Amino acid sequence: MSSIPIITSASSVKPLEATVAKKVLVAITGIVLFGFVLIHMVGNIQLYQGPEKLNHYAELLQSMKPVLWTFRIVLLAAVGVHALFAILLWLRNRSARPVAYESQRFVSATLTSRTMIWSGPLIGLFVVYHILHFTTGTFPPPHFNSHNVYNNVVYAFQVPGVSIAYIIAMVALGFHLYHGGVSLFQTLGLRTPHDEKPLKLVLWVITTIIVVVNISFPLAVLTGLVGLK
Amino acid sequence: MLNLTLKVWRQKGPKDAGQMVTYPAPGISPDMSFLEMLDVVNERMMEKDEEPIAFDHDCREGICGSCGTVVNGIAHGPRSATTACQLHMRSFKDGDTITVEPWRAKPFPVLKDLIVDRSAYDRIIAAGGFVSVNTGGCPDGNSLPIPKENAELSMDAAACIGCGACAAACPNASAMLFVSAKVSQLALLPQGQPERRDRVLKMVAQMDAEGFGGCTNIGECESACPKEIKLENIARLNRDFLVATVTKRPVTASQGGGA
Repeated sequence: MSSIPIITSASSVKPLEATVAKKVLVAITGIVLFGFVLIHMVGNIQLYQGPEKLNHYAELLQSMKPVLWTFRIVLLAAVGVHALFAILLWLRNRSARPVAYESQRFVSATLTSRTMIWSGPLIGLFVVYHILHFTTGTFPPPHFNSHNVYNNVVYAFQVPGVSIAYIIAMVALGFHLYHGGVSLFQTLGLRTPHDEKPLKLVLWVITTIIVVVNISFPLAVLTGLVGLK
Repeated sequence: MLNLTLKVWRQKGPKDAGQMVTYPAPGISPDMSFLEMLDVVNERMMEKDEEPIAFDHDCREGICGSCGTVVNGIAHGPRSATTACQLHMRSFKDGDTITVEPWRAKPFPVLKDLIVDRSAYDRIIAAGGFVSVNTGGCPDGNSLPIPKENAELSMDAAACIGCGACAAACPNASAMLFVSAKVSQLALLPQGQPERRDRVLKMVAQMDAEGFGGCTNIGECESACPKEIKLENIARLNRDFLVATVTKRPVTASQGGGA
C-alpha cells in the first residue's frame, strides 16, 4: 500500500539525522544552559551582601575577558543548537498528525510537558531583553551605570512592570527546567524506573530553588528590603 | 440499559474527506463490550440498508492488537490497560455522548471509517525487530543463562501487541513506545545481542522514514498502552541508539534474516 521502502542495512542509516540524535543534542545543550542558570543564580545572591560584594563580583567577571567571552560563545552556541533542533523536532511533530482529533483528552501530560515549545521562546525573548537591559544598556534601567550593577538592579526592579516581566519569565524558566531536566535523563538513556521518583523530586527542588531565589530579587527591591546604599 | 449517542468518524475510503456523524444508540446493555455495542449499532443500520461502521477487530480478548479507536479522546477508551474490545459499556453512563475516532497519525492513513493502515509498524519490525537464527537442532533450554530480571523485563516489553495506541495517544504522534518495546524485548536477551546495534539504528531510521513524530517525554503513550509498556523502554532505546552511534561497530551479518 505504501511506497516507503524498508531499511535493510544499518550502513545506509545516518544516525545523526535521526530524531533520537536531535533530541540528544537538545538534551546536552540543555545541560549546559541548566548549569549556567544555576551559576547565574548563585552569583546573584550576592545582591543581599550589598553593593560592594556584587559590584566587585561583576568587576571580577569583566576583568577576565578571554574567560568571559569563551563562556559567552559556548552559551550562544548552546542556545542556537538547543533552539534550532527543538524547533525542527517541533515542526516534525506537528506534521506527524495532519488531521486533528475531534476530541483529545490527555491523561498524563502536564502543564510543564505540554508548554515546552512556548516556555522556551518566552525564555529566549526574556534573555534578549535581559541582555539589552543590564549588559549592553540598550534599554537601560533609570540612572544606568555599567560599573554599578547593584544600583542598576535596584533602579530596574523599582519599576513594577519590569519586576513583573522578570517574575513571569522566571516562572516560565521553572516550567522549562523541570520538564527539560527530567526529560534529558530519559533522552540520554540514563533513567530507570528505580530512580524516577527521586529524580523528579530532586529536579523539583532544584527548579523551585532557582525560581524562588530569582524571583526574590525583584520582590526584595519592590518591598524595599533591598534599596540604594 | 444505556441510551447513548455516538459521534463516529465516517470516511468512505482513503481519498475521501471524512466527517463526524451522530447516531443514536438506545438500549445498550452495560455488559456488552465496546465492539459488541458497535456490532449492535451496525446491525440496526444494516436493517435500514445503511452502510455499517467499519472497524478493525479480531480476537476480542485483548491480545491481538487489531482493534483500537479513540473513544472520548482517549486511545482504547477511558479504562487503563484495556483494549477497546475489553472495554465494557458499564464504563459509560446512561445518556452519554461518545465520540469514536480512528487513530490519527500521518503514518496511519485512514482506510475506511475507524480502520487505519498500520503497515508502518510492520515495516519497522521488518527493518530490524527480529533475530537471525540459522536452522539446526533445538538448543537445550537451560544452556543459555539469562538473568531472571532480564527475562521478565523482556517479557514485559514483548507484551506489546502493536495496536498503535501509543502513536495515537501521543501529542506528537510518536511511535517511540512501540519501537522501544520491540528493541527492548530482544536487547534484554542473549539471542538479541549479535544484531543489537544494527537493530536500533535501522528501526529508528524506519520509524523516522515513516513520518512519526519525536518523543517529548510526555507519557501519554504509557497511559494509553493496553499492555502497560513502560517508558523505561524508551530510555533503553535511547541508550542503545547512543551506544550504537558512538561505537560505530561494523555492520553485523543481519541481511537476509527474519521478516
